[in-house]
Parts: sequence; structure tokens; C-alpha cells
Amino acid sequence: MKNPIGNLNKVFDSRIRMGVMSILSVNDEVNFNDLKQLLELTDGNLASHLINLEENGYIKVHKGFVGRKTNTTYSITKSGEKAFSEHIEALENMIRGVK
Amino acid sequence: MENQEFISYFVFQSTFMDSQNPSLETLQDIKRMMERSSRFISLSGLSGLSAGICALLGAYIAHGWIDEYYHGNIALSILKWQLVILALVVLAVALTSSLYFTWRKAKKNSLPVWDRSSRKLLINLAIPLAAGGLFVGGLIYHNEGRLVAAGTLVFYGLALVNASKYTLSEIRYVGILEILLGIVSMYYAEDGLYFWALGFGLIHIVYGIIMWWKYDKK
Repeated sequence: MKNPIGNLNKVFDSRIRMGVMSILSVNDEVNFNDLKQLLELTDGNLASHLINLEENGYIKVHKGFVGRKTNTTYSITKSGEKAFSEHIEALENMIRGVK
Repeated sequence: MENQEFISYFVFQSTFMDSQNPSLETLQDIKRMMERSSRFISLSGLSGLSAGICALLGAYIAHGWIDEYYHGNIALSILKWQLVILALVVLAVALTSSLYFTWRKAKKNSLPVWDRSSRKLLINLAIPLAAGGLFVGGLIYHNEGRLVAAGTLVFYGLALVNASKYTLSEIRYVGILEILLGIVSMYYAEDGLYFWALGFGLIHIVYGIIMWWKYDKK
């Protein structure tokens, strides 16, 4: 029998990274503060997870300005979409396996 | 954090047949996050209900004034301004009461009222609504008061259809109903007030009760 958790993506083990991917998969662009509010996190905590996702090539960072304030927005990449949908598929398969 | 997740997967493996299913929970978490980030779900059914009641009361008062006009007790120029002011007051009261019930529901579920989703909802509601307001203003300016009901209904319907992408999807059907009602009322311009009461009053009340029943009733 195939290892049921073999297809689960290690990067998405963290609830926070999984949350970020969930949000970015249904929204074109989300800025840092909105992510923070949605996930109920502190700056530092969120930033480290975002860097991790960026290094894995799953999300893109856009640095812009609103007036004089920096406005950093995030969006999902093609490979991020693929990885996340595979992760969801793996989760679904596990549920079917249980039934 | 990481450790905890590792353990939860580990526990999952060893209790494979258990009904407590962590991957199901994870999927539900994902779904919840997707919904919460893209749609404003705190819209209360009571908001629709209260807006509908305000509209019906407004229509009732307007009906009385229009009757007075037909009996020759009020001049048209005065009636016009009375109706415009009444409409603005009804709008303000309806908005305030709707916001209150929605704010209450958000607080109850400890969700933020002002966040990305409510901002998106408001912007997408406001664009067709502002266009409608200016359009109807133009109608009044050109003394085409008979078409005000049709104009407000059609633009309001378009605003709801547009905003439905950012809140409870049922709003879409309300929007389509309002548009149809507005277009039909074009051909019964003398009965505009009845169509207006139907569209802004009755439809809101029915919608509000259904939504309250479906989402808010505990």
C-alpha cells in the first residue's frame, strides 16, 4: 500500500502557510496587513512564513506604494497553485481512504 | 507549532480508522479561509428585513403625500422635494439599521466588520449605486419623475449582482429580481410607487427572513 501521507506537501504542514495559500488561491492579490488580519498573526510570525513560501516559489511578492507608505502585496504563482491543489487532492484521497 | 502538526499527522496514521479525521478538519479549515478571505459572510438576514420595513413605511408616507397632491392640497414643486427628502431619509435609516444588524452578527461570531471582504463588497456595491443615484438625479432634473422607480430598481439590482461575488451568493438572485422588476415597471410608470414598494420593501423582507432562517437562526 502506498504511504497515505506521501503526497502531502511538507511546506503546507504549517497551519499558517496553509492559511496563506488558501487565501491567495481565491484572491488575486492580498496585502500584508490583510493577511495578518485574516490569519490573526503578528508581523514577525507571518513574515517568516511568507519568506518560506516565496523561497519555495509558491508565492510572488510585489512591493508597491500607497502614497508614501509601502504596500507589499502577495499573489500565488503557477507552481504554487499546482502544489496547493495537489496537497488538497492528497487530503481528499486520505479521507476517501478512511471511508 | 510544526511539532504539533507532525504529531497530529502521526496520530492520524496510527488511528487510521478513527472518525476524528484531521485531514477532513484541515480541508474544512482551508474552505473556511477561502470563504472568509473572499466573501463578507456577516451580512445578517435581519438587515434585509429592517431595510424592507423602512422602505414599506417610506412608500406608505409617499403614497399619502401623492394622494394629497391629486386632491390639490400640495403643489408639484413642493411634492417633488418632499419625496426626494423622504427617499434620502428612508435610505439613511435603512442603511443604519442594516449596518447595525450586520455589525451585531459580526461581533457575535467575533469576525471583523471592516476588513478586506467588506471593503471589496462596499466598493463593488457603490459603483453601480452611485451611477444610479446620479442617473436618477438627472431624471428628476428633467422632470421624468415617473421613471425614478424603474431607475432606482434597475441600478440597485445591478449593484447587487455586482456585489454578490463578495458576499452571500443568494444576493445575486435578489439583484436579478430587482432588475426585472425595474424593467417591467418602465411600462407601468404610473404605478412606480407600487413597484418600488415591492422591490425595496417586500423582496427585502422575504429575502431577509429566508436568510435569517438559513444562516442566523440558532
